[in-house]
Amino acid sequence: MAMTRSRARALLLTPAGLWYAAMLLLPLAVVLIFSFGERSQIGGYAPGFTLEQYANLPARFAAFRNTLTLAPLGTLASLLIAYPLAYYLAVKVTPKWKTMLLVLVIVPFWTSILIRSYAWIFLLGGKGIPAFLAMFGLEDVRLLNTPFAVLVGIVYGYLPLMVFPIYVALEKLDKRLLEAAADLGTPPWRAFLQITLPLSMPGVLTGSMLVFILLMGEFLIPSILGGGKVFFVGNALVDLFLQSRNWPFGSAVAVGLVLVMLVTVGLYTRAAKRFGAGRDDAALM
Amino acid sequence: MERAASMHVRPEETVAEFVGATKRYGEVLAADRIDLRIRRGEFLSFLGPSGCGKTTALRMLAGFETPTDGTVLIDGQDVSAVPAHRRPVNMVFQHYALFPHMTVEENVGYGLRQRRPRLSRREIGDKVAKALATVRLDAFGPRRIWEMSGGQQQRVALARAIVNEPKILLLDEPMAALDAKLRGEMQRELLDLQRQLGITFVLVTHDQEEALAMSDRICIMGKGRIAQIGSPQELYDRPATRYVADFVGKANILSARIVARAGGTAQAVLGNGAAVTVADAPGDARGEAEIAVRPEALSLAPSGEAPGPGVAAVAATVTHRTFLGDHTEYLLDAPGVGALQVNVPRQAERVPGGHGMGASVHVIWPEGAGLVLAAG
Repeated sequence: MAMTRSRARALLLTPAGLWYAAMLLLPLAVVLIFSFGERSQIGGYAPGFTLEQYANLPARFAAFRNTLTLAPLGTLASLLIAYPLAYYLAVKVTPKWKTMLLVLVIVPFWTSILIRSYAWIFLLGGKGIPAFLAMFGLEDVRLLNTPFAVLVGIVYGYLPLMVFPIYVALEKLDKRLLEAAADLGTPPWRAFLQITLPLSMPGVLTGSMLVFILLMGEFLIPSILGGGKVFFVGNALVDLFLQSRNWPFGSAVAVGLVLVMLVTVGLYTRAAKRFGAGRDDAALM
Repeated sequence: MERAASMHVRPEETVAEFVGATKRYGEVLAADRIDLRIRRGEFLSFLGPSGCGKTTALRMLAGFETPTDGTVLIDGQDVSAVPAHRRPVNMVFQHYALFPHMTVEENVGYGLRQRRPRLSRREIGDKVAKALATVRLDAFGPRRIWEMSGGQQQRVALARAIVNEPKILLLDEPMAALDAKLRGEMQRELLDLQRQLGITFVLVTHDQEEALAMSDRICIMGKGRIAQIGSPQELYDRPATRYVADFVGKANILSARIVARAGGTAQAVLGNGAAVTVADAPGDARGEAEIAVRPEALSLAPSGEAPGPGVAAVAATVTHRTFLGDHTEYLLDAPGVGALQVNVPRQAERVPGGHGMGASVHVIWPEGAGLVLAAG
């Protein structure tokens, strides 16, 4: 009882504070320092101060371009598929089926994304969906190792992350608001646009943010389903750090990714705030 | 403000009607063959405990429930199958159901913006301003809903409904969430508003005082049925059944033997042999019946005093007394009759300071006080 508010706050925040300092800020500082260094003869890092690594960034333009097109596209595709599903789960389905269907949404998470992505290699490969399409006269459809394949993998892998925040937002929506809208002369479809959609925006924003941020760092799905043709910044990083052992250049690419992320997420948050201005449940970052 | 609006209206014109309206949820009968005409311009209340069917009746009028059997008519048209958004009625919801993502004026203008063909922006602005002025929230238009207090939110809900000039304004326990003082104020304001607008108000409440204070007519509901309908005075003075007598005000309900009946009165003999004269239930011929008498219709005299002629006296002992300022509530035990409550106004006390605990008294039963209750 004698503990003051500020002391209680300090105690509560200490573990997380230490964790972030040790696990986030420190590595980030190391990466920043590396990015100004030089590659040593045997690979890895040699101390120095040069902007050469940053000057080389355009060499990885394709990776940034792919990431910055497919991450937003993947987020959008996930959203378009997740929203109707979340709406169905939150509003339409009877309580008896609700739990089971929710579990079904999570079930894929029980298996490694690696294994699931390999399954897609088969489905999208020559003997999978293209073979099926060929039966209807659509010959020579190439799916594997295309941006489309990567998009499919992204939506498949990240859908639950989009579904749940939207589901929660729709679930807690006061159904009496829809009655009020009807009472005031609004047909159901218009009530959806005027009431349900705006009030579920916090869920949409949270889900999109989650998926988008994770997608910006994605490397597994592009490397499996993109077959080296469609690669993300993440793949470039894996390549630079683990294959060519060019740590300084890898660090510069990593710093570049962090900067790009800060700018895009910053812009997104500003746009998003206009939807949830002043509302405490807006779940913005 | 004179009571103008309802005067211009022909007294018996019907604005809405329930004809055998029944709502069944599986095995549960939420509303059971409701027959009711709602008069244009009146203030009608559905009163009853929870689960009595009052809310179901209101929701059938609003269009949120479709009757399983029977019909609902508004202005002579069968609207049983008309969805809520096409009915010319508006509701003030129990917890207001204001749109949290809109400002006060956006909430109030919401119904106007749904009109097709569209109203001009200016027309909407004018109507919204007028509605906000009516509920005395002129300056609050740009506020957010969560910046408003409970009482203010209720006014917003009211403005949002009346701005559409509905044929009937439906009020679903609108004052349940307000504290007692605010509730009293709001009741008076609602009455003023109804007189001013001349709109038919239909209120659902479980609060009998609220219903008595506000209504032209009260429709008492029980088990999905209408138990009795009438003006507050009629229901208080002539409750038809024990259910109504119990629900509206306080009543002593006693078993009695009816020994004679003539010209609307009945001679009833109580359990202790005392004979009292009460109003009869129309068309009743039972020998045994329950009779009801209000606590303030009886009075008390010290047991030594002889009761006057034509006045029945019941011997009793005071078991509890509660002094309430302007009157005292006495709980008494009358041998052979049971427990009785008598309210004695302060200036009518026959003993200085009132009768004490354990005092032997006569309960004075004036001729004509009380009535025979119908069965059921």
